[in-house]
Amino acid sequence: MTAKTATQNACKLCTPLGACLAFRGIESCVPFLHGSQGCATYIRRYLISHYKEPIDIASSNFNEETAVFGGSHNLKLGLKNVTQQYKPQVIGIATTCLSETIGDDVPMILKEYKAIMGEADLPAMIFASTPSYSGSHIDGFHAAVRSAVKTFATGGAKKNMINLFSGMISPADIRYMKEILTDFGMPFMLLPDYSQTLDGGPWAEYHRIPPGGTATSAIAESGCASASIEFSSTLEASKSAAGYLESEFGVERHQLPLPIGIKASDRFFAVLEALSGQPMPEKYEDERRRLVDAYADGHKYIFGRKAILYGEEDLVISVAAFLREIGVTPVLCASGGKSGQMKKRLLELVPDMAEQGIEVREGVDFVDIEHEAERLQPDMLIGNSKGFTMSKKHELPLIRIGFPIHDRFGGQRLHHLGYRGTQELFDRIVNTVIEERQKSSPIGYTYM
Amino acid sequence: MEAKVLIPDPSRIKEELINKYPAKVAKKRSKSIVINDPETVPEVQANVRTVPGIITQRGCSYAGCKGVVLGPTRDIVNIVHGPIGCSFYAWLTRRNQTRPEKPTDENYITYCFSTDMQEEHVVFGGEKKLKVAIQEAYDLFHPKAIAIFSTCPVGLIGDDVHAASREMKEKLGDCNVFGFSCEGYRGVSQSAGHHIANNGVFKHMVGNNNTPAEGKFKLNLLGEYNIGGDAFEIERIFEKCGITLVASFSGNSTVRAIENAHMADLNVILCHRSINYMGDMMEVKYGIPWMKVNFVGAESSAKSLRKIAEYFGDEELKARIEAVIAEETPKVQAIIDEIRPRTEGKTAMLFVGGSRAHHYQDLFAELGMTTLAAGYEFAHRDDYEGREVLPKIKIDADSKNIEELKVSADPELYKPRKSEAELEELKAKGLEINGYEGMMKQMQKKSLVIDDVSHYESEKLIELYKPDIFCAGIKEKYVVQKMGVPLKQLHSYDYGGPYTGFEGAINFYKDIDRMVNNPVWKLIKAPWEKEESGSLEASYVTQ
Repeated sequence: MTAKTATQNACKLCTPLGACLAFRGIESCVPFLHGSQGCATYIRRYLISHYKEPIDIASSNFNEETAVFGGSHNLKLGLKNVTQQYKPQVIGIATTCLSETIGDDVPMILKEYKAIMGEADLPAMIFASTPSYSGSHIDGFHAAVRSAVKTFATGGAKKNMINLFSGMISPADIRYMKEILTDFGMPFMLLPDYSQTLDGGPWAEYHRIPPGGTATSAIAESGCASASIEFSSTLEASKSAAGYLESEFGVERHQLPLPIGIKASDRFFAVLEALSGQPMPEKYEDERRRLVDAYADGHKYIFGRKAILYGEEDLVISVAAFLREIGVTPVLCASGGKSGQMKKRLLELVPDMAEQGIEVREGVDFVDIEHEAERLQPDMLIGNSKGFTMSKKHELPLIRIGFPIHDRFGGQRLHHLGYRGTQELFDRIVNTVIEERQKSSPIGYTYM
Repeated sequence: MEAKVLIPDPSRIKEELINKYPAKVAKKRSKSIVINDPETVPEVQANVRTVPGIITQRGCSYAGCKGVVLGPTRDIVNIVHGPIGCSFYAWLTRRNQTRPEKPTDENYITYCFSTDMQEEHVVFGGEKKLKVAIQEAYDLFHPKAIAIFSTCPVGLIGDDVHAASREMKEKLGDCNVFGFSCEGYRGVSQSAGHHIANNGVFKHMVGNNNTPAEGKFKLNLLGEYNIGGDAFEIERIFEKCGITLVASFSGNSTVRAIENAHMADLNVILCHRSINYMGDMMEVKYGIPWMKVNFVGAESSAKSLRKIAEYFGDEELKARIEAVIAEETPKVQAIIDEIRPRTEGKTAMLFVGGSRAHHYQDLFAELGMTTLAAGYEFAHRDDYEGREVLPKIKIDADSKNIEELKVSADPELYKPRKSEAELEELKAKGLEINGYEGMMKQMQKKSLVIDDVSHYESEKLIELYKPDIFCAGIKEKYVVQKMGVPLKQLHSYDYGGPYTGFEGAINFYKDIDRMVNNPVWKLIKAPWEKEESGSLEASYVTQ
């Protein structure tokens, strides 16, 4: 691999995008970017191209004077206008490179604003610092979730409920997680919940803000929960919502990798059984049995195949572990993110990764990945739509997962998690391999 | 074409649009929402800053410079100097196509280069990294040109992209390196970026190659960015007509063509907003007049071709163009005949771009559809009211910050393509030389014209007007469709196109038919179909 200074075809997005997505999962919340309007516009168009749902993001519309003299006036005016038009319960404010570079002290500006306006009628305000020269979209996402919890959570008597910080997963995955928790009969608070705001139906009436999202009253209770489950392999407690609740209110933090594959899903369900005191509902036993059955039936098509896997670090780690479960070798696990944790965390799940020839690369871009592809000769690519150019050039099938998926329909409805999501993913991988065989065979297989 | 729908009095609609705003905002917005009269064309407040917190569809200066104007030229390596987001978001998102002559020809459009600025660069400066990035791109591709685009932090930390570019240009020797100060906070919208891009392309590229262009009728196509293959269709028609396209700014273009553009004898402008600066500057420096044309719509395309023929004043060209129009028209007419009975009397709204909201009205008219309301996202008053208002436009702080190049006639290359007398004669024949009459003179009386429509206003407009189709971009698409109204994207064409010329018109008619007459809309109850909503009573009368 050549050591490059510049990034060519990035395998990461910018920090405020992640924050806006997380804010979209809070009920009656308008995301607000403190900076130039272009950031809001670009991030909107990018999120919309994946979710195919309206996404409003307000901005403080910096101009040259604001850039020089500071954004306090614009921020206050912007908040006032958003409040008046949208009547939100919450405004989620994230910074951009611009306001961070000039060093605007947003918490202080918000304090001044509240003092001028009088607290009573104001929407609640969440603030996340998200300069895009530091970290990537996933860091912005976690920063916004942590900040929401810090803003609303209060302590108090313990309640029979758990928190699920599910990370940057699809709306379909979120719905499935809620179904599982409901079936366990366990009261819960899932944050952020954009399952409806970013994958909803037509509107029978006008909505300034789409319905759905985690209620702030529920977030407020998160400090009284008996435990938190947090999906992420690389997230440090000091940057996580569950980490905050543990240190502040003693809410036990269970950090789990994204439950993809049988082992990881078993681990998740085991934690649920322990926390709820209930056995796994029969429905999920069935799902698990079907998945094991499918592994048995489908293994011969995919065993020994090689995949290049890329995307957010947590997603890559979990999918890599799943691939090992089904006999596919993720010869390269790549991410534009740079937590410094990726290799270590994957090693915990796949202890023989070195012998299996699994390589891990953090902080890479698609040009790096493509160089590796030439050397590694994989059978398939697994990741987001941005791998398409490489897939076309090298005639490699691309199995689209995660975010962004903007060259296919229905990315927001893909399942990745639990037995059900794994089943879907497994079927897609098997069918991709079969399709390649069918296409490349001179007779074409019409029966299997 | 005759309007089939009477437009309701929009004064109440205007009132409804602004009554939710705070007094100051309402006052400002009311100047940008006007009731049209094509005879007396009222003033529209345009190109003024969006109020913070009012959600706009506008982009930034960088988007206009890198994304729109420079993006479509295939053999420039575009390096974005800044953190990663800006480069990522402009990576193949504009659907501008390109067609290298040979598969091995340079094409960097699929690449997204960024200096991926980190915290240490914000603190200690990023010029060093930028220079290494330029060197890397050069070593990798040996391109003819490398362009550098500044994002927000760059201007603030004081990185001098122009000095870095000059230094690298000198060092590399055979590669033209130039920078753009297109930080996102400059100007009120992407329009500022267009101007900055025009200046840079004019300064650093146009005029670099004095090889005389071949061909008898030589022109440049300005403001055509080849979204969905639009430029390919225009190229096809030009070729049929025997018109030589020297350079395109900038759809399907190359560095060499742009460097040679001053060898053409006419500039035709499609998107006046984004490229009129180039037309003006080439006029002054080289003596090439420009003419506004429109290749969106079959009738408009025919009209534009006839204008070109008239300009060159050649009988053979005129005859050939008439023959091409005669050959193309029956195909178009056959489709209109089939579709128009299903689209006749339907209504449309267009809120998009800096010229598209105007151009596409012609296509709707060809389908017998009426435009109820229209507006641009980033245009100026001249795009609405016509260029005669230019002297009356107030120069505000935002426009002052964008450099106006001082251009004078080139001592060697200035050659007026037409004498004053010839130009007067052409004008007398109805040819608008160096002019544009704007959108409003072509719109019906009492249609509503709204600049920089806000998200809130467009929702309200749909509720009140209940149009059959709404034209805008992806940011509006899904909210409009949630309300049961199809939205046609006129930035990216919903993966369709081309929509220019004769073939394009056919594509558009078919797409609109598919959208407005689609059975899925019957499954979605629009809010106003559910119960009494606060909307106007339906007052559309079919004539």
